[in-house]
Amino acid sequence: MPSATINPTRMELTRLKGRLRTAVRGHKLLKDKRDELMKQFLEIVRENRRLRAKVERGLEKANAAFTVASAIMSPQMLEQALLYPKQSVELDMKFKNIMSVNVPVYQFHTKNEDPAEIYPYGFAQTSGELDTALEALSAVFQDMLELAEVEKTMQLLAEDIEKTRRRVNALEYVMIPDFQQKIRYISMKLDENERGNITRLMKVKEMVLQEAHDFKPPAS
Amino acid sequence: MYKIAVMGDRDSVLGFRALGLDTYFVEQADEARHTLHRLAREDYAIIYVTEQLSTLIAADIAKYKTSVTPAVILIPGKSGSLGLGAQALQTAIERAVGADIG
Repeated sequence: MPSATINPTRMELTRLKGRLRTAVRGHKLLKDKRDELMKQFLEIVRENRRLRAKVERGLEKANAAFTVASAIMSPQMLEQALLYPKQSVELDMKFKNIMSVNVPVYQFHTKNEDPAEIYPYGFAQTSGELDTALEALSAVFQDMLELAEVEKTMQLLAEDIEKTRRRVNALEYVMIPDFQQKIRYISMKLDENERGNITRLMKVKEMVLQEAHDFKPPAS
Repeated sequence: MYKIAVMGDRDSVLGFRALGLDTYFVEQADEARHTLHRLAREDYAIIYVTEQLSTLIAADIAKYKTSVTPAVILIPGKSGSLGLGAQALQTAIERAVGADIG
């Protein structure tokens, strides 16, 4: 049942027809957007799974070595060894546009090009396990960065897909049926008025004729 | 220019310091919450949080899911993976698809 506030006029009908056309078009476009987003999303999810497994494996290895190192070395020594890092990392962030969702693309560069620069300590007083741990960490770092990028992308896409899905559903199940119903209501009403008018005109014609010619219609 | 931070207990994050990342040793929920919000306001584009710590501040981490920066990423800490990262992935899929597609 359409809401009570609509006017059954021709102008309202034209307006509603226009809105219905827009809604149908929007629905189609949004549906296409949703499908494409979903396709991208599933690819990214696959990538994310792979990277996460890789990073978790790598970190596990690093943590194991680190645990051994911290068992061998005293906490103070360990702290001291890592107190002043020689290496520092800077991150550049650009944006990539996936179906009008802005997702970050990270690019990092280290201050020191030499890969040996990750050991900020002399080798005399530290255990070899610490070296192993740091090496494992630096090996997994590139993947960690990629993981961050992919995971953020996934989160942003997931949000946008949800939004788009809601819009598609709102159009499909609420707006469009509502417009159609209103249009039907108005055109029914207009047709009914038209019929009422015709009957009235016929009646008037009959009366006018009768007055002019004393005409009697055949008894029906 | 953006920076990268690592939050978690000392043993889990100390190693990242050598790589040139900024490390923050936090173990208490309150402290972690403050640190996270403070880092998010500064120029940190990526904040790695250990899974152990993330269990304490899950609601705060969820806040940053929809913003472009920072990316809060869970990593396994010294006691190994709790599977929370994979679980977060699953939640995102459910949210997007509207159903669990496995």
